[in-house]
Amino acid sequence: MNHLDQLEADSIDIFREAVAESERPVLLYSIGKDSSVLLHLARKAFYPSKPPFPLLHVDTTWKFREMIAFRDAVVAQLGLDLIVHRNPECVAAGINPFDHGSARHTDLWKTQGLRQALDEHRFDVAFGGARRDEEASRAKERVFSFRTAQHQWDPKNQRPELWRLYNTRVAPGESIRVFPLSNWTELDVWRYVERERIPVVPLYFAAVRPVIDRDGTLIMVDDDRMPLHSPPRQELVRFRTLGCYPLTGAVRSEARTVAEIVEEMRAATTSERQGRVIDHDQSGSMERKKREGYF
Amino acid sequence: MELLRFITCGSVDDGKSTLIGRLLYESKLLYADHLAALEADSRRVGTRGGELDFALLVDGLAAEREQGITIDVAYRFFATEARRFIVADTPGHEQYTRNMVTGASTADAAVLLLDARKGVLSQTRRHARIVSLLGIRHVALAVNKLDLAGYSRELFDEVSASFAEFAADLEFAEITCVPMAATEGVNVVGRSELTPWYDGPTLLQWLESVTPSTRRDVSSRLSEARRDETSRFLVQWVNRPDATFRGLSGRVLGGTLRRDETVRLGNRTTSVARIVTMDGDLDEAPAGSSVTVVLADDVDASRGDVLGAASDPPSLADSFQARLVWLHENGLLPGRQYLAKIGARTVGFTATKALGINEIGVDNVHFDAPVPFESYRTNRDLGSFVVLDRLSNATVGAGMIDFALSPSNVRWQTLTVDKQARIARNGHRPCVVWLTGLSGAGKSTIADLAEKALHAEGRHTFLLDGDNVRHGLNSDLGFTDADRVENIRRIAEVAALMVDAGLIVLVSFISPFRAERALARELVGENEFCEVFVDTPLAVAEQRDPKGLYRKARRGELANFTGIDSPYEPPVEPEVRLDTTTLSAQAAADAVVARLRALGVC
Repeated sequence: MNHLDQLEADSIDIFREAVAESERPVLLYSIGKDSSVLLHLARKAFYPSKPPFPLLHVDTTWKFREMIAFRDAVVAQLGLDLIVHRNPECVAAGINPFDHGSARHTDLWKTQGLRQALDEHRFDVAFGGARRDEEASRAKERVFSFRTAQHQWDPKNQRPELWRLYNTRVAPGESIRVFPLSNWTELDVWRYVERERIPVVPLYFAAVRPVIDRDGTLIMVDDDRMPLHSPPRQELVRFRTLGCYPLTGAVRSEARTVAEIVEEMRAATTSERQGRVIDHDQSGSMERKKREGYF
Repeated sequence: MELLRFITCGSVDDGKSTLIGRLLYESKLLYADHLAALEADSRRVGTRGGELDFALLVDGLAAEREQGITIDVAYRFFATEARRFIVADTPGHEQYTRNMVTGASTADAAVLLLDARKGVLSQTRRHARIVSLLGIRHVALAVNKLDLAGYSRELFDEVSASFAEFAADLEFAEITCVPMAATEGVNVVGRSELTPWYDGPTLLQWLESVTPSTRRDVSSRLSEARRDETSRFLVQWVNRPDATFRGLSGRVLGGTLRRDETVRLGNRTTSVARIVTMDGDLDEAPAGSSVTVVLADDVDASRGDVLGAASDPPSLADSFQARLVWLHENGLLPGRQYLAKIGARTVGFTATKALGINEIGVDNVHFDAPVPFESYRTNRDLGSFVVLDRLSNATVGAGMIDFALSPSNVRWQTLTVDKQARIARNGHRPCVVWLTGLSGAGKSTIADLAEKALHAEGRHTFLLDGDNVRHGLNSDLGFTDADRVENIRRIAEVAALMVDAGLIVLVSFISPFRAERALARELVGENEFCEVFVDTPLAVAEQRDPKGLYRKARRGELANFTGIDSPYEPPVEPEVRLDTTTLSAQAAADAVVARLRALGVC
């Protein structure tokens, strides 16, 4: 077995353990490449059955339009159940990154929105596509990561995780976040996308797109809600990571295929999260967000 | 490309995090933004006078940065042309043994770091023993900080020899010693001119070439000799999309599973009809594969079963000699009921010896149901288990099976005169009435009055009193936590036997721990246990102090006295709660009898 076979077998193992030992699992589907790989592995884990859980998308109304179109096409093609949750308080208050700032926007739409959805459906296991190579605090998170009834993560009081014996036991109200891609790297993800021919949102591939420069970050103008001080430029860009379009930086790239992306990655000198405006809010910001329940 | 998992361990300040940071840096896995953050952090909180402090790369959590130490297992990834690596970085403090055990449990190889100037310390020996215990057979000894010792060959040879001498008793197949200076990058990736006398591999060259253990396990992935071994397949999930398909989804944990292979499942023999994956059926699946198996016959199989080659099927047993590592602040109490997860089964678990946090011991352990198993030395995946606390659900211990103590051939003797026959004769159902509460709460008085009332009605009763039993059956036990657990375990067993004999058993014991009361409840049938919480506040009990015990405890003449220097865990949902500050003893006894009627006992 090569390393992708081994990573795949481990991830499938994790999916099966979590489903066998939970009452109400759900897969947090954020439409990005990691979610695409996660969903592909879920299908493999339970084939010929369909994945025995719904997908949950915590929407912010600020995702790229191409992401939403891709999401709906995937769900329709595979015949899966999709729950879309939009924090009703954010909808009512019109929370957006321009007026309220990226930190509040993300906390209210994503962190609070996710908690609402998990509470409403009483999910006891939530699969996520987070990888340990993304950020320092994630490197220490367990594959089966315990959350209190208030969705809190306590990094200093994590359950030891030995061998492949995952502790799935929770009291009512408590839950487990399960990360089948914990040991994958960004390059592994792309190599696997290439090998398995997994569809991903076209925004990952280079194309000429309308962008503006915000403090050195290239932001794509995806709709007319974006306040503009000057007309956008047309540039050949792609995205390494996808989120809310006003908060997601594009990179100049000519990689139009997965093979070209893999080649570009091997020569890359910056990490994928560099394009994420929200991670740079303050030092240690990811750990702080995670303690509060951000994915 | 192959995958290698390894662990790094060493004492505080031996330079582990620096080494890993260096490996990431030298293998060009540090992105520019990470590097920029590292430069900023190095200036702000670095320990290298503003120079790049690689340790900051690996020490992820904010608390660790502040304290300048690593406090948990961190997993890091890098790759070369030859291999993809997963590194478990584990801390060096003694109190964090559990993190090292965690990291080592999935590792194929270990890098042990030490400071050349300090030589082989007790920490080094402890780490080496854990690495050996967890079944890692290939070790690199990184003799670090040689830059601070003038790259002395004599020092390196001396340290290497002293480690080899110590490690002769451990189960290592191979030890490679590398002279190193991680902060300078000497012999980490490329060979250095500063150690011209060294002709062995650099650390990275060793990591690229080491061939891990030949044991068959999933975690050790690079093995060639595996095809000859007999197959093992762990059933994780029964796959039934519709009436036409019934598969067993799980993982090959040893040997190679082949289509048409004759396999044994429990006492049934069948064969593998199909090996199903989403990419099409397979003819064979090597160890480590996650697949779905369809059997030729409709054999009843469920989660936790292990399929094995019919020529050498896996054994089942419920009692083992095992090596245990305790991971939790609350120590292992002999006789206490825990849970153990082994393979894909979770069963009741008890051990016979006490262990404190970070202690390692050999013990006889007992599971409450037979489980398929193999010795940990033969099969890491079927020989390992974790111990879970029944109430908090915490992972409290880890174990490795040496061997089964006896085949599970002790059959339960079927008796003709059974409980039903006794109920018919007695005219009432048996029950344990368990009175718990502080010393001086009024348990014995209430129990006595309740028994009197039941006896007057012609019920068959017996009263087990804490003080009285401690004079006989439990006269060998004191008042430590471990003895309290054993005290209650014996009482619970005796009470359960009396229930089998058809009696209403009144048990009057402080019984301070929820876990033991839960055990007592589990030993008898549903509706045969009535927990009575004699709820008297500590201040009131202490004021009553009928036996003068509180005064003695306060004077320090009695140790481990419940409520004073030993905890009492009140029941969460008792069948009866008696507030003795408002109820008379007779009223309390009447309430107990009334509840027994409501439960249908009498």
